[in-house]
Amino acid sequence: MAFAAFGGANPAKDSGNKRKGGPIVLALLLPGLIYLALFFMTPLVNLVVTSLESPDPTGAIGAYFYDFNIGNYATVVTSYMPQILRSFGYAFAATLFALAISYPVAYYIGVKLRSRPLLQRLMLTLVIAPFFISFLLRTIAWKQLLSDNSGFVSLLHSTGILGQTQFFIGSDAAVIFGLTYNFIPFMTLPLFTNLERLDVRLLEAASDLYASPRKVFSKVTLPLSMPGIISGTLLTFIPIAGDYVNASRDFLGSSKTSMIGTMVEADYLQNWNYPSASAMSVLLMAVILVLVTAYVRRSGTEDLL
Amino acid sequence: MKKFAIGRFVLPAYSAIALVFLLIPIVYTIVFSFNDSTRSNTVWEGFTFRHWLNVCSRQDVCDAVSNSILIGVISTIFATILGTALAIALVRYSFKARSLVSLSLFLPMATPEVVLGAGLAGLFFNAGVGAGLVTIIIAHVMFCLSFVVVTVKARVQTLDPTLEEAGADLYANPTHVFTKITLPLLMPGIISAALLSFALSFDDFIITYFNSGSVTTFPKYIYVAASRGVPAEANVIASAVFLLAIVIVLATQIRGALKRAKLAKG
Repeated sequence: MAFAAFGGANPAKDSGNKRKGGPIVLALLLPGLIYLALFFMTPLVNLVVTSLESPDPTGAIGAYFYDFNIGNYATVVTSYMPQILRSFGYAFAATLFALAISYPVAYYIGVKLRSRPLLQRLMLTLVIAPFFISFLLRTIAWKQLLSDNSGFVSLLHSTGILGQTQFFIGSDAAVIFGLTYNFIPFMTLPLFTNLERLDVRLLEAASDLYASPRKVFSKVTLPLSMPGIISGTLLTFIPIAGDYVNASRDFLGSSKTSMIGTMVEADYLQNWNYPSASAMSVLLMAVILVLVTAYVRRSGTEDLL
Repeated sequence: MKKFAIGRFVLPAYSAIALVFLLIPIVYTIVFSFNDSTRSNTVWEGFTFRHWLNVCSRQDVCDAVSNSILIGVISTIFATILGTALAIALVRYSFKARSLVSLSLFLPMATPEVVLGAGLAGLFFNAGVGAGLVTIIIAHVMFCLSFVVVTVKARVQTLDPTLEEAGADLYANPTHVFTKITLPLLMPGIISAALLSFALSFDDFIITYFNSGSVTTFPKYIYVAASRGVPAEANVIASAVFLLAIVIVLATQIRGALKRAKLAKG
């Protein structure tokens, strides 16, 4: 799926004749699965338990006991409502922008450049190039390029888009901009792996049957690329909803752009309020599970990986 | 194909602009590794090789980088071994809990980093394990694993299973089939998986931050330094890693494209 593009290989369809292998399969599967059970599943269960704890009666900071305190959820939802809305709002906007930017690029590289494999590989490498340089430094680069005394901001001032006392860094727009930028490759890659396999004869057939280019796109190309769009959307939306680096005041945000992750970090690492941080994490995870379930219902599990 | 005239001009131009957009901060980061700055590296003060020649004049940057390399190498070794085994099992063998295995490999990729980070930190805290190098490595192996599976799986799918059968027919025992046929054929996939895993580990910030205790990695160093200004030495490290990675990737991609072109010609 998404990152198959890294292998540089063209995944062929599974060759049907799979071997049955009792002990060998177990030997191959168990180490990895036990690892995930220990260090992926157990932490999630642990988060759910912690999210139901109450402060220790002795009043010791950072000490809690389990008493099925479901009220923690009501508390975080009411006190962190702005952060929850912002996280999903930012994620929605940035995912849409990333899709709008990525789709034509993925189509060009995956369909139009098929006849020129060298150029295709070159452009694909440029798409994944940002992965190889520090995510934090890239974000700091944007912060400096779009800073209050940059040409970009004076352009916004002179055109009246921003008032003389308003700036770009620290605004919702800046955070959405940074999130879009940082997650574009996560959208482009799954789209590319899908469109690379698009059968262009179907497009020719549609246009031979007098479909307008617009019709060909909406009735043939778009439905065929839906699996790519959906997995790209998942791989973009989910990490964006959990990100807090772009929104941090040291990067592109301000105190007015805090997200769910900001609060989890503050509650966990600074305030030692583990139940609150855990409840927020569980809520975020629940939303994600709903999205993934919807995806699996539609496309099955085979295309997940 | 005249009807798809939009593909002639608009699409290439749009793609070129999008790629330039992606590259702007990379170019900025590289350019500012040559900035003759002393403290905060925000304003251009002239060209110098100084930071490239004495990266370790900033001892803190160098320490953070060596931690990141150590963590990256160890996590990559473990994640690559575990992930390759899973990928072979998924493609080559049939078993009942297939979709459950696929789902449990997808979920870590679909879980926000902040949830993974806080979850693991809670686990280590309850188990009384102090945060440090070991906890960071455990965390990195966990989130790299799924990406290794995806990458190697793509390679396993392209393998012709009859090659392994031929080996077995010629009296190679299963161990020999694996070490002399399967493994060498999978190598390109395993290498790209390992590179991806190292890149993910080297650049991870959020999960690391929750599980690092007093250990500083390169991304953690940048995050902490961001409020007072990141020194140009950090740009040097990031630029060097980038140039090295891009050379490796370009070489493999071009080799792959040339091979395909040859195959197409017959």
